[in-house]
Amino acid sequence: MAHEHNLTIFRGKLKFKNITQKIWGVLILLTIITAVEVAFGIYKAELPQFFRDHFLGMKALNWIFITLTIVKAYYITWDFMHMRDEKASLRRMVVWTAIFLICYLIFILLQEGGYIESVYRTGFIKHDF
Amino acid sequence: MDTTVVNTDAKEKVWGGGNQPLGASYGKMMMWFFIFSDALTFSGFLAAYGFSRFKFIESWPIADEVFTHVPFLHGQEHPMIYVAFMTFILIMSSVTMVLAVDAGHHMNKAKVTFYMFLTIIGGAIFVGSQAWEWATFIKGDHGAVQTKGGNILQFVNAEGHRVKLADFVVAGTHERVQQEQKNGLWFVSEGTLPTYTMDEVVAGFESHPDLTIRTQLLDEKGHKTILPRAEALKQLKTNGKHVVEGANLHVNEYGTSLFADFFFFITGFHGFHVFSGVIINIIIFFNVILGTYERRGSYEMVEKVGLYWHFVDLVWVFVFTFFYLV
Repeated sequence: MAHEHNLTIFRGKLKFKNITQKIWGVLILLTIITAVEVAFGIYKAELPQFFRDHFLGMKALNWIFITLTIVKAYYITWDFMHMRDEKASLRRMVVWTAIFLICYLIFILLQEGGYIESVYRTGFIKHDF
Repeated sequence: MDTTVVNTDAKEKVWGGGNQPLGASYGKMMMWFFIFSDALTFSGFLAAYGFSRFKFIESWPIADEVFTHVPFLHGQEHPMIYVAFMTFILIMSSVTMVLAVDAGHHMNKAKVTFYMFLTIIGGAIFVGSQAWEWATFIKGDHGAVQTKGGNILQFVNAEGHRVKLADFVVAGTHERVQQEQKNGLWFVSEGTLPTYTMDEVVAGFESHPDLTIRTQLLDEKGHKTILPRAEALKQLKTNGKHVVEGANLHVNEYGTSLFADFFFFITGFHGFHVFSGVIINIIIFFNVILGTYERRGSYEMVEKVGLYWHFVDLVWVFVFTFFYLV
């Protein structure tokens, strides 16, 4: 049971007095991120063209959403699930393995999906009837 | 951790089972391994969703137009608001769970009980909201026509807003009766018949000159393509086949049926996790009240269940992004 807690977030820039305060601090952070995401989601159509430009195969706005999601996932895992207080070996075993396998899976499936879409679009398959 | 496992004199032997190289008890580590494998299961589902979406990247339904409802606000469109509320409830119940775990570290039974109770309430609100969201999605709101090729045609007025079938179609007398098993040996059953027949929809469309049709295809601004009236009428007459109201595993009035399939499957699987999380939380809650962990001298069980509960929240963060935002 990890009784000694690491009470800082943002690489030590923000320090909390005790664990309860840190939890509320993280909640505020997660709420702000969610609010930003929802605001982007609601006003999607009114955003400048820059957000709809494609960047690495996806709209820039989607990359923003995914980045914010990963930031949220980081704080849930690190502070709510106490990953910050676990031994580095346990943390790496769980996190790195998962990230590697998930990235691999996503790459394969999205690559294939994009290929099939290109066959629909440029090949001789009629699908709009 | 020295509560469930009785430490014997094996402590000094490296392979005796007494030491903990990862600094976590057996139960907690197994919970991490379970979470790890469950995370891969969910990524498999979400990656499959991504695959289908990339396949139909130009005609995928717009989530902002699908999930616009808020309970008790009938007929108003508030995209994202309710699902943002659900997300907040789940994050909030995660917070009360961490507070319960922390109170457990201080062996404060009253506080653990109180925070566990709040967590259960949060989980119940979330599952209830999800059930409501499912019901709304299944019921649908405007109705549409499916073509021979399986594409969805939606009706819009001159301003480009969607129009309900009920607003322009007049239901005639149905000559088609619902078939039942007793009428034929080969026949098993058939689902609910749509409110209108295809002919009635075409007649209603012809008698309202301001109406036109929206296809599934997205333009470069991310809006659905609106057909000119003449083309719309031709499309409706030559290709229109079924009247679709709401969504199920076969059809979906908002667009491709794959969207509904993945929505039901992934949010259903997540909802099942939340449901079982609530059940496990209730069990732990009663154990706390009965003083099981007080006698054991450690509230580590609350911590392990807490890990599962946070994981459910973690998955929702991703489901939220990929179903409602992206």
